[in-house]
Amino acid sequence: MAGTRKEGDVTGTAGPAGDDVRSDLNVSVELASSGGIQVELTSKVEALYGDSIRQGASEVLRALGVEHARVAVDDKGALPFVVAARVEAAARRAGVQGAAPPPRSAPLGNPSPRDRLRRSRLYLPGSQPKLFINAGLHRPDAVILDLEDSVHPDEKDTARLLVRNALATIDFRGAERMVRINQLPLGLADLDEVAPQQPDLILIPKVERPEQVEEVHGHLATVRSESDGDRPVWLMPIIESALGVENAFAIASAADTVVALTIGLEDYTADLGVPRSAAGTESAYARARLVNAAHAAGVQAIDSVFSDVADMDGLLAWARASRALGFEGMGCIHPRQIQPIHMGFSPTPEELEKALRIVAAYEEAQSRGLGVVSLGTKMIDPPVVLRARRVVDQAKAAGLVAGEKGGDR
Amino acid sequence: MSGSGELVVNALGRRVPTVVNDAEQVPFQGVGKHHPEGRKHAPPVRSSQNYPPSGDKRVADLKTALEECGLADGMVISTHHHLRNGDQVALATLTAAAGLGAKDLMWFPSASFPCHEPVIDFMERGVVHHIEGSMNGPLGRYCSEGKMRGMGVLRSHGGRWQAVQDGEVKIDIAVIAAPTADAFGNADGSHGPSACGSLGFALADSIYADRVIVVTDHLVDFPCIPWQIQGNNVDYVVEVDSIGDPAQIVSGTTQVTRSPDRQLIAEYVARFIRDSGIMRDGFSFQAGAGGIALAFIGYLREMMREAGVKARFVRGGSTEHLVSLLQEGLTDYILDGQTFDLAGVASIGEDPRHVATSPFTSYNHHGKGNFATMVDAVVLGATEVDVDFNANVNTHSDGVLLHGIGGWQNCLFSPCSILAVPAFRDRIPVIVDEVATVTGPGELVDVVVTERGIAINPRRHDLLDAVGGSDLPIRPLAEIKEEVEAIVGGPPRKPRLTDRPVAVIKWVDGTVLDTVWQVQG
Repeated sequence: MAGTRKEGDVTGTAGPAGDDVRSDLNVSVELASSGGIQVELTSKVEALYGDSIRQGASEVLRALGVEHARVAVDDKGALPFVVAARVEAAARRAGVQGAAPPPRSAPLGNPSPRDRLRRSRLYLPGSQPKLFINAGLHRPDAVILDLEDSVHPDEKDTARLLVRNALATIDFRGAERMVRINQLPLGLADLDEVAPQQPDLILIPKVERPEQVEEVHGHLATVRSESDGDRPVWLMPIIESALGVENAFAIASAADTVVALTIGLEDYTADLGVPRSAAGTESAYARARLVNAAHAAGVQAIDSVFSDVADMDGLLAWARASRALGFEGMGCIHPRQIQPIHMGFSPTPEELEKALRIVAAYEEAQSRGLGVVSLGTKMIDPPVVLRARRVVDQAKAAGLVAGEKGGDR
Repeated sequence: MSGSGELVVNALGRRVPTVVNDAEQVPFQGVGKHHPEGRKHAPPVRSSQNYPPSGDKRVADLKTALEECGLADGMVISTHHHLRNGDQVALATLTAAAGLGAKDLMWFPSASFPCHEPVIDFMERGVVHHIEGSMNGPLGRYCSEGKMRGMGVLRSHGGRWQAVQDGEVKIDIAVIAAPTADAFGNADGSHGPSACGSLGFALADSIYADRVIVVTDHLVDFPCIPWQIQGNNVDYVVEVDSIGDPAQIVSGTTQVTRSPDRQLIAEYVARFIRDSGIMRDGFSFQAGAGGIALAFIGYLREMMREAGVKARFVRGGSTEHLVSLLQEGLTDYILDGQTFDLAGVASIGEDPRHVATSPFTSYNHHGKGNFATMVDAVVLGATEVDVDFNANVNTHSDGVLLHGIGGWQNCLFSPCSILAVPAFRDRIPVIVDEVATVTGPGELVDVVVTERGIAINPRRHDLLDAVGGSDLPIRPLAEIKEEVEAIVGGPPRKPRLTDRPVAVIKWVDGTVLDTVWQVQG
């Protein structure tokens, strides 16, 4: 896409500066009318990748239709996808229009199944790209590239490009690739940039009414209609207010691409005007209501985050209690929270063993044409069988059943 | 700089000089292939009647002591790094020597730290001719830029003992910083206001140097108990106000890494040691004070508890993390090479199961065996590892000399040497086609653990078999390298170096393993 230059704005700067910056860079682009593209580079990896950085910066600018510019780069070892995003952001701030998304280099996995495991979703602040690259190694069920609360209002434009480039170039190792957009209408502009890069799921923040979901659903259809075929982009509305809780069922039913409902407890408790407690008594109603609404609408109920990253025992207890309430997963704000959460949202060995016995008894009864299932001396009711099957299915998906590969998430 | 003779290609295919600082060199012959002969070096005969019968060897100051030792131009002066970045004795020694008008000294530290940057001034003024020892930070850069008059010689802790014992390096005057000492020269590191733990790095010098000076800021009445350095080897004792900055000698506490990626590496290392069967009752391991190594100790502790397994001994550098294993009964002993934090210093001073060792017991090539081969697993770092498992701890990827060897080479003799490294740092690949400098030959590196998988040296069929059934991410090293290159934007450009050697990397047996070349200005 060739860009055009607006009169007036000729200089743009993007990226963090300072001695404590690592794996990132600061870029200034000054548009000029002659002289070609001149890159002035200071880099801690100059000896190894200096040429590559200069070349990468020039390529992005040319893709944007810029022929003459003076570019100052202060690099602290940023990866190529970061260099490209920061250069593009600086050029756009200098008034250049158009976009220069990188070619896809990361494998685009299979489309995400509607009801896949969503036990853990790891938040990655959209303006901190150095956290992106290894996120998949920690084996979360999903990563969330966040454009909303973790990104300063002045950095929304750059974060959007970083997230776009990450979706195209980073292998998240099979984690579901989620993006949390901003509140509407800013969130629609986020979609314009990131939706063509095939995210698996969009989180919509601060949803209070079904119309907000419909708007995102409709906008996605227009952004994606050109080339993306049938690959689904699922929606997960985040309920963060008393009104949102009241409308939870309607929100969950607002579009057929909604696969889960989740809750943001910091904002919800702020809306109530009460402090958020460790025990969570103040949000008990909202969470229970959300679970019920989600199940009524046939979507997953996903819990909020546990904010004390040092308290692994507390986290496991919270996850177990959350699963007992009917939630199927929760957010993580640190990679070390992933394993306890997976443990908490998986059946215990005793639970699994019992479920396997019930299912086996059911299957045997079926094969013998018996209407009544019994295990030992106890008769097993149909809902018990149903629940046992669900436990076994979850365990298989989590790879907990011997002989069942089930995938690693 | 004096001539470096011709350059020859050694058994590892590296070009190395045949002459270093006027001394003939043996190029690296292969691991275990060099068999030096002859008798060990010995200091001059001394007689007790020439020392004060009172046992009081004190003199007024360092300058007087150096003068009494017969300081002369071109001498070899040694100091030690047990005070780490808090050391004030090395600079005080060179300052006193400069005050006596000495020129062209060879400084022979057991290691240098950032606090030793002013040695550059002594080299500029002609007081110091060159350094044989680790050169960190600014000193390494100074050497890499070709500004040192002689060639740098980097040796492992064990290699330093080897060089002193076989006479490759003849120390004229050893100056030993002592946190506690008596007037006879008995010295101890585990007590006193500047307590640091073990004085093991100074032990060889105390035995083999022509003259030995002990410098202390905590003089006690005879006898200084315990004595790690024997006064019978000491010529003079100097009392000073302070030998170092306690805050820089030991840290208040040592920090486990908070990086989730490095925690993942540490967890993989612990799982490898467990799943390969190395973790069993009576086993041993070594882990230092790096962030990954400390986190590894935490994970392994959980696994040892769970399995009900106890180690016979663990090797430091000790920290509160190893000390807690001892206190919990998860190990019988700590055999400690150096002591990094306050908990370590307190433990070595009070707990008889926490034992100070020296490079003689741990690493010395000329010993009749050493502990390094007897430690079941060691966890080490590296700046670079190549696809043949050769590893570099001395230079950065751009070829600049920035780190010493320490005990790293010696530790490779463990039956299971593990390099725990990130696959890349910022944009700099750690797993590469060819390392800038070889500090350790690949045949001795058994396992490389990264956040992107664990590579086992193909020579170690036994280890590959041992973890065959586990769910650890075992992968070929070349595959990890390719994955890294795809992330960082291709292989890095080769460092731009000149053809002029500025330092050599010695192997543990005294042969020349590799060369550090002057970087292009």
